[in-house]
Amino acid sequence: MWLSLQISAVAVAAALPFAFAMALLLARPRFFGAGIVDAIVHLPLVLPPVAVGYLLLVVFGGRGLIGSWLWDTFGIRFVFSWTGAALASALITFPLQVRAIRLALESTDPGLTAAARTLGAGLWDRLFNITLPLALPGIVSGAITAFAASLGEFGAIITFVSNIPGETQTLPLAIYAALQSPGGEMAAARLCTLSITLALIFVTAGNLAAKRIWR
Amino acid sequence: MSLEVALKHRLGSFALDITFTTKGQVTALFGPSGSGKSSVVAAIAGLWRPREGRIAVAGRVLTDTPKLFVPPEQRRLAVVFQDARLFPHMTVDDNLKFGWRRAAQKAGTAEIAHVIDLLGLGALLARRTRDLSGGEKSRVALGRALLASPDMLLLDEPLAALDATRRGEILPYLERLARDTKLPMLYVSHQVDEVARLADEIVVIQNGRVAAQGPVFELLTDVEQIAGVPPLGAVFDAKVAEHQPDGLWRLTFDGGVLFVPALPQAQGARVRVRLRAEDLMLALEEPRHISANNVLACTIRTVKPVGDHVDVQLLCGGTRLVSRITGASSARLGLAPGQAVYAVVKAVTVAREAG
Repeated sequence: MWLSLQISAVAVAAALPFAFAMALLLARPRFFGAGIVDAIVHLPLVLPPVAVGYLLLVVFGGRGLIGSWLWDTFGIRFVFSWTGAALASALITFPLQVRAIRLALESTDPGLTAAARTLGAGLWDRLFNITLPLALPGIVSGAITAFAASLGEFGAIITFVSNIPGETQTLPLAIYAALQSPGGEMAAARLCTLSITLALIFVTAGNLAAKRIWR
Repeated sequence: MSLEVALKHRLGSFALDITFTTKGQVTALFGPSGSGKSSVVAAIAGLWRPREGRIAVAGRVLTDTPKLFVPPEQRRLAVVFQDARLFPHMTVDDNLKFGWRRAAQKAGTAEIAHVIDLLGLGALLARRTRDLSGGEKSRVALGRALLASPDMLLLDEPLAALDATRRGEILPYLERLARDTKLPMLYVSHQVDEVARLADEIVVIQNGRVAAQGPVFELLTDVEQIAGVPPLGAVFDAKVAEHQPDGLWRLTFDGGVLFVPALPQAQGARVRVRLRAEDLMLALEEPRHISANNVLACTIRTVKPVGDHVDVQLLCGGTRLVSRITGASSARLGLAPGQAVYAVVKAVTVAREAG
């Protein structure tokens, strides 16, 4: 269970800055090809997770283009390690975060940033003091949704980093393993209950957090 | 302080072609909705880039297409928007100090206290902006703009979103601002009474063009120039000369004296007086035994039919007045330019202390 939480937390935290940047880019797009970028961002959401896992294996695997380079230069390895599971989760839940932040950005009044400009606020000043705080509810709710969804990620993880107890065996993988072994129904049921409890806690916490901000 | 604006832009079938220069402290940009006023403000503030244009404030060139465009954050022009645009995630105090923190020349503590006092914001500082009423929001927006210490204040219909009562609450603050500070202002409005109370100079905009420009005293009597606007009458400054024992106060102006009921102003103060065109009756002989307190000797400048009415432009000393009478009355009296007449004043509106 702690492994699951750890993997999800790292996945969400690592993806968040990128998701914010991407959402900024896609909210009120003014550049050519915004539609294509948007489609690519949404790809992990519609692609079968197994396919995403396979692609990760190809790119980040021991013999993959980036994977071999990372191993040779930094000694970093994603395959068969919990960081790989986090990478897979991050990729799968990336569109959820982008979507939530983008909606929050689009619902803020562009007149406010214009007003900030006339009061002397430059680009980064506006980004950190106006845009970011105004999008905060969207960022929080996006992160919580992504976190909850990440807890349930199965296909991409099992394909990319396999099912290694103590290293990459997250909750859904443990449930699967329990069901595969004879007499494991009780263990599976316990894990299921745990899953449900976790999901409820985080979704509720997320909603409360989003409501508390700026009220 | 001067403001030079020259811009050309085409948006579909709407063509904007505006050129004016003003040296007034409070210049009103006046015209009906959709005439292009707000585009002019956006261009001056740098929030909108006209296809062709040159804009300079106090000799500092801000836009000169295509080679120069100073971004809005470096223009030192604060804008008060119609919808206030307060930052919802900040308190009133943080909103007020947003521009102040970023200003190169920061207002001192005394100045901050003065603005807070002038706008009556003292009790609101800790509040969230969402809890403010419309009028309070306007005041905070005004304070926020003032504390940014701008070279010029751009007011884009700051009262348009308010109802008549709230508008009446804010106008005195704007009047005090126009009087107390020497800050140049561009005041955009389609409300002729706001313009009459605040402005020195008027630029009338219609269908994307400058229809007329001039001092408020001259332009507002010429209702014909401002088509589609009901006649406002004359606006001029007068001095509180004497508190008379009979309860009336004597005002002197360039053209004579006016007697009005008690005013809050002290003796010697300058006030802005408004005489509505409908409140001026004309007589060929000096009327005696009449209840009206004020009868002014005038000369007729022009007689212009406007629909069923006739607008008679008058000169009273050095002051322009206008009277709106029926066509029948005009014909009966045989009014003609150059003729001497007496204007019987039914009502006098005293607006503000003049600058």
